[in-house]
Amino acid sequence: MYKYNDFDEAFVRERVAQFRGQVECRIDGSLTEDEFKPLRLMNGLYLQLHAYMLRVAVPYGTLNADQMDMLAHLAQTYDKGYGHFTTRQNIQYNWPSLKDVPDMLSNLADVGMHAIQTSGNTIRNVTADHFAGAAADEVADPRPVAELLRQWSTDHPEFQFLPRKFKLAVTGSENDRAVIKAHDIGIQIVQQNDEIGYKIIVGGGLGRTPMIGKVINDFLPQADLLPYVESIVSVWNRLGRRDNKYKARIKITVHEHGIDEIRRLVDERFAQVRPTFSGVDQDMLAEIEAQFAAPDFKVASTDGYEAARMANPAFRSWTDTNLTAHRADGYAIVSISVKKHGATPGDATADQMRVMADLARKYGHNELRISHEQNVILPHVHKSDLAKLYAELRAADLATANIGLASDIIACPGMDYCALATARSIPIAQQIATRFDELKIEHDIGALKIKISGCINACGHHHVGHIGILGLDRAGVESYQITLGGDHTQTAAVGERAGPGFSADDIVPAIERLVYGYMELRDDADETFLEAYRRLGAAPFKAILYPEEKADAA
Amino acid sequence: MPRAFTPKVITANLLIEGDAVWFTATDTWSGNIKDAEFLTDEAHADLRLLEAQAQQSVIAGAYLADAGMDDAGPTTTHFREAFRTRGPSNYAHGKQVENNV
Repeated sequence: MYKYNDFDEAFVRERVAQFRGQVECRIDGSLTEDEFKPLRLMNGLYLQLHAYMLRVAVPYGTLNADQMDMLAHLAQTYDKGYGHFTTRQNIQYNWPSLKDVPDMLSNLADVGMHAIQTSGNTIRNVTADHFAGAAADEVADPRPVAELLRQWSTDHPEFQFLPRKFKLAVTGSENDRAVIKAHDIGIQIVQQNDEIGYKIIVGGGLGRTPMIGKVINDFLPQADLLPYVESIVSVWNRLGRRDNKYKARIKITVHEHGIDEIRRLVDERFAQVRPTFSGVDQDMLAEIEAQFAAPDFKVASTDGYEAARMANPAFRSWTDTNLTAHRADGYAIVSISVKKHGATPGDATADQMRVMADLARKYGHNELRISHEQNVILPHVHKSDLAKLYAELRAADLATANIGLASDIIACPGMDYCALATARSIPIAQQIATRFDELKIEHDIGALKIKISGCINACGHHHVGHIGILGLDRAGVESYQITLGGDHTQTAAVGERAGPGFSADDIVPAIERLVYGYMELRDDADETFLEAYRRLGAAPFKAILYPEEKADAA
Repeated sequence: MPRAFTPKVITANLLIEGDAVWFTATDTWSGNIKDAEFLTDEAHADLRLLEAQAQQSVIAGAYLADAGMDDAGPTTTHFREAFRTRGPSNYAHGKQVENNV
């Protein structure tokens, strides 16, 4: 894992000291709120419905155990004992006091973390495949590239006042787990004739105008990455619609000018930018790559694991849902669900964070990941340790076996916390998960992605959920609109609006009806909701959601 | 025709703690909307908002919010503002469990 060098350390410490001074100036009245607001946003501090909210970056979702312990410390000391993991692999604290935030940032600096560029019209935290460095299907670990991009984008003088925020995601695998097609720039590490390069996708995004990104470059040589990405951001920085914030994201720029024209402009800019890169970035990348060397994987028998699976049905069920194939023999990737049925998706208590940190030390080569699906990953666990790990997870109430199932719901904070929200999303997620648990049909339903956003900005990724739910304010009442057939993977698609919205009371029964209807419609138990939707089209699903309209039409 | 003015209260968040507060007739801030000054005249409401916003060392982000009135005092008319008087629905945190409001 990447360790801060002297430069990083000094830079982050200096920012903490600057922010401490800015907070003092705000409190003593020498800065007005209008003057202070852009400064606090540069450091990830929002003012929400009930309190301040501090968004801390977890770069490309990677943490070590000491860092997770520090997140627990912040939750316990400065918040109400918990933190919220977000869909951009960050963590948010919902209750800090303004005067404590400089201390929180100082604590974070102690473990090589910060909240810089987690807000504002800048290049945000670079996200990556949460199985990076562990997945069996990976061409290369995307994190060195993500770290290089983090260093390049942090405080980049040309990109501190962009038309709007800008988000990058990197994956090293054809199976996209980083939602790269819904990012401003998505980067996929690819291999051609033994040469590593990058497929660059541009202009994706969710929000008010959802767009699937378009390929701007099929195969970019490794050494061209930074100058090329810099050229893209530079072209958009000039063309982007600063007159209208709803049209300011690069997805609109690409849509308005066309991908071919954008490619031409980027190539033109690249011809100017490329010669200014001396190659020092590639030296830095090599140093970063060395720090991401794989851990010393152990060699041990997995016989005990198989026996434990046979002996314990609950353990077996958990291994069926929460494990993913690892590239090293005898190892597994463990997804810890922080979505116990009825709990708030993505919330973990300080105690749970400490348990997960401890387990990473004991069984996981000191590594943890935060997924965009708001779960915590132990990327490297030997199968011979899984039974012990499971027992300890159970004791901490962290052994829910629901990864990828109906209750593994993405939900943004919604109007329970967020000042931008138009409706609540957390209670809807809680009720849906509780209902499917009561019905005991989750495992029969199979793979299903339900994603809920509490406003059109789509932090809950509803557009790319197999079932998406969007909370809106309709004449002063919470209303929930359903989209169907979205897909967040390499076959990305934006879901289609099913019809009129449902009230807060009707939305959970509607989802239940929809899922039972799908189970009737599917060819067999192996046909997933998304596959059935693609085979049959929207009509039969709409008929299930709106039976009275079907009756009216008859 | 401009839309008819509907009654308002002035609300903001406290500068240090960030919690929701309402502006009273005596220029103080209360954690209870019932203590808020009920504003029925548009010109007066605009003037009071300027006075509220001047208290930069106490609050941030003051604005006029639609309000109704019952026997105990001003009430919210929209669910967003109602949530601000209580706190989140997923935990017993915020005003719903604080005794000082």
